[in-house]
Amino acid sequence: MATLEIKNLHARVAEEDGEQILRGVDLEVKSGEIHALMGPNGSGKSTTSKIIAGHPAYEVTDGEILLHLEDDDFGDLEIPDDVRTWNLLELEPNERAALGIFLGFQYPAEIEGVTMTNFLRTALNAKIDEREELLFGEDDEEEEEEAGYDTSPMEGNVDDGEVGVAEFQKLLKEKMELLDMDEKFMQRYLNAGFSGGEKKQNEVLQAAILEPSIAVLDEIDSGLDIDRLQDVSKGINALRDEQGTGILQITHYQRILEYVEPDHVHIMLDGKVVKSGDASLASELEDKGYDWVREEVYEAA
Amino acid sequence: MSSDQDHLKETDTEARFEFKKEQKAAFVAEKGLNEETIRVISEDKDEPEWMLERRLRALKQYQKMPMPTDWPGQPDLSEVDVDEIVPYIRPDVEVRGGVDDWRDLPDDIKDTFDKLGIPEAEKNALSGVGAQYESEVVYQNMQERWEEKGVVFMNMDQAVQEHEDIVKEYFMTKCVPPSDNKFAALHGAIWSGGSFVYVPEDVTVEMPVQAYFRMNSEGMGQFEHTLIVAEKGSEVHYIEGCSAPKYSAFNLHSGGVEVFVGEDAHVQYSTVQNWSKNTYNLNTKRAIVEKGGRMEWISGSMGSKATMLYPASILKGRGASDNHITIAFAGEGQNIDTGAKVYHNAPETKSTIESKSISKDGGRTNYRGLVHIANGAKNSSTAVECDALMFDNESTSDTMPYMEINESTVDVAHEATVGKIGDEDIFYLQSRGLDDDDAKQMIVSGFIEPITEELPIEYAVELNRLVELEMEGSLG
Repeated sequence: MATLEIKNLHARVAEEDGEQILRGVDLEVKSGEIHALMGPNGSGKSTTSKIIAGHPAYEVTDGEILLHLEDDDFGDLEIPDDVRTWNLLELEPNERAALGIFLGFQYPAEIEGVTMTNFLRTALNAKIDEREELLFGEDDEEEEEEAGYDTSPMEGNVDDGEVGVAEFQKLLKEKMELLDMDEKFMQRYLNAGFSGGEKKQNEVLQAAILEPSIAVLDEIDSGLDIDRLQDVSKGINALRDEQGTGILQITHYQRILEYVEPDHVHIMLDGKVVKSGDASLASELEDKGYDWVREEVYEAA
Repeated sequence: MSSDQDHLKETDTEARFEFKKEQKAAFVAEKGLNEETIRVISEDKDEPEWMLERRLRALKQYQKMPMPTDWPGQPDLSEVDVDEIVPYIRPDVEVRGGVDDWRDLPDDIKDTFDKLGIPEAEKNALSGVGAQYESEVVYQNMQERWEEKGVVFMNMDQAVQEHEDIVKEYFMTKCVPPSDNKFAALHGAIWSGGSFVYVPEDVTVEMPVQAYFRMNSEGMGQFEHTLIVAEKGSEVHYIEGCSAPKYSAFNLHSGGVEVFVGEDAHVQYSTVQNWSKNTYNLNTKRAIVEKGGRMEWISGSMGSKATMLYPASILKGRGASDNHITIAFAGEGQNIDTGAKVYHNAPETKSTIESKSISKDGGRTNYRGLVHIANGAKNSSTAVECDALMFDNESTSDTMPYMEINESTVDVAHEATVGKIGDEDIFYLQSRGLDDDDAKQMIVSGFIEPITEELPIEYAVELNRLVELEMEGSLG
């Protein structure tokens, strides 16, 4: 079981006189749990998610983000004792991904000319390689460099990496069925020309393939019609139920929480988590609005 | 797939192109260019009088013409001093005109082409191979079955002797006359080596023929001439590859290519240019396309310090068509100025031009193109698409797509994009597990993918490898 632990996180925009956005965020997400992070626009939800993944546009001025790993996090892999706790802020975004962090983007990038299959298999293999390197210090990069192409450069090498083309296609097909995605997506370019809903579905699909320990989903529900919302919700629940992924779901709306029931709900205001509770907090918020939280918090202060 | 692409893996190492060989030559011309030099070269080649006359005429034109210096954004050519160039080096091989067995070559030359993977490629995927070392073709061979059908693939010098009538008719007369531009004139004066390809009526040469051009000596110029005549209904794919080790002094490459595409014939001309980054690459390539014929120019320009290259198609007959595919990659200190020219001189002619360029570390790429549709070229169409991708703020890219449309019943489409590689795109890929280098490489390979997917597989692989090679070292 992995635990993502955010302690007293302060951060600002990484430029001269950059605006301070986070003012002491505390949050803990464990594998298998579903957390909802709510809050008004500009309260720092998206920034928190980007900083977890290592976005270079923000500078952490105080606090830390730790990831604690346990033996069952990567299948049968035994994790040496001295590499069970990681300070994420010292790691590159791809290293964080390798250790099981996933960010579902609110606005996923469109990459022309790169097929979904090629991208996802490359990412999966890169992730596995990087994880080996981080945990066991193995570096088989040289071997890989020499491998060259045995098939089309568009598909990559058959033997390149842990997961081969055939094995990967089977895996991808399986996960796509689960999400009710059309097979034709496999050969489409990554997010290029996807509708808003298709992009969100694709984010969940990627999480299903990459099997993260902790998935941070930034407004995965925005721009979804009701059918797609149900598909996406089904996918998110499957992440938790089948892979034991811990979910930190950022949302504005109560709606998705009807399909993906959170174990914990947190409310952010002005760069801090000000209130936490169970699923009922979300309904209460729906009724009373953020002003209620604001009043309560500042009165107490 | 099978192991027949194993030789391509060798592209992994810079060493494939960068190794140098000690210069051994049978004949080295004096530096510089004057009438005497031309006479000596022509005599060394035992040329007929008419060819010497053409050379001398070209020399006079060269001397009269000014250097091109007033094109907007063009590469700086001030370092190109032809008087500092050794225009002609005949390598020390016994058989003039090229042997037909690699084993008959001196070890150092054979070793060079082995390292470049040419003999291996010949065995697997080519109908014929020519290999030029310095100024002369040292190896030339074509499978017998093509010879039996009357296909000719020989080195240009030999063709002057053995196919004098054809060469006399076509050589720098109607397609690329020396008066075309200063470097065409220079080429006409001191050309040496290159290929002559003749495909008889209705013959389809199924596998490509390839010529490889290698400059080994410092401060030399290579001026090979390629003449392709494809008769009515014939089909051929010609591939050329170029490379040179890097020296401190500059090298000059000024090739001339003339293609005659007969009625309903189809010629594809592919180039992978990976000259060392001290080479000035100033070429003139042109095709004349008859009724219903089709010309395809595919160019990958990775190497050279400066390249100026605008392959041209003259669509002369009704229904003739052209397809240009260009990829340019400019790194530090490189200026790759490429493009395309198409003249629609007949009705129902069609052209498509796709250009992709990538610049990084202060490199510069230009797309410079011209589409001319003549009055009377009714129902012709052209589509031009040029995209540029820049890696950083130091790199530059310009697109200059000129159009001269003198006919009203035509279909003209044009699209251009210039953009910087997106930080958000890189972060997105990184967040999925790719490191910074791999993320950038994936974006670049996606950027050129619409082009590579149209290429023959061997060529696409080679090109992808070269792009990866270019990106190594500069990233991360």
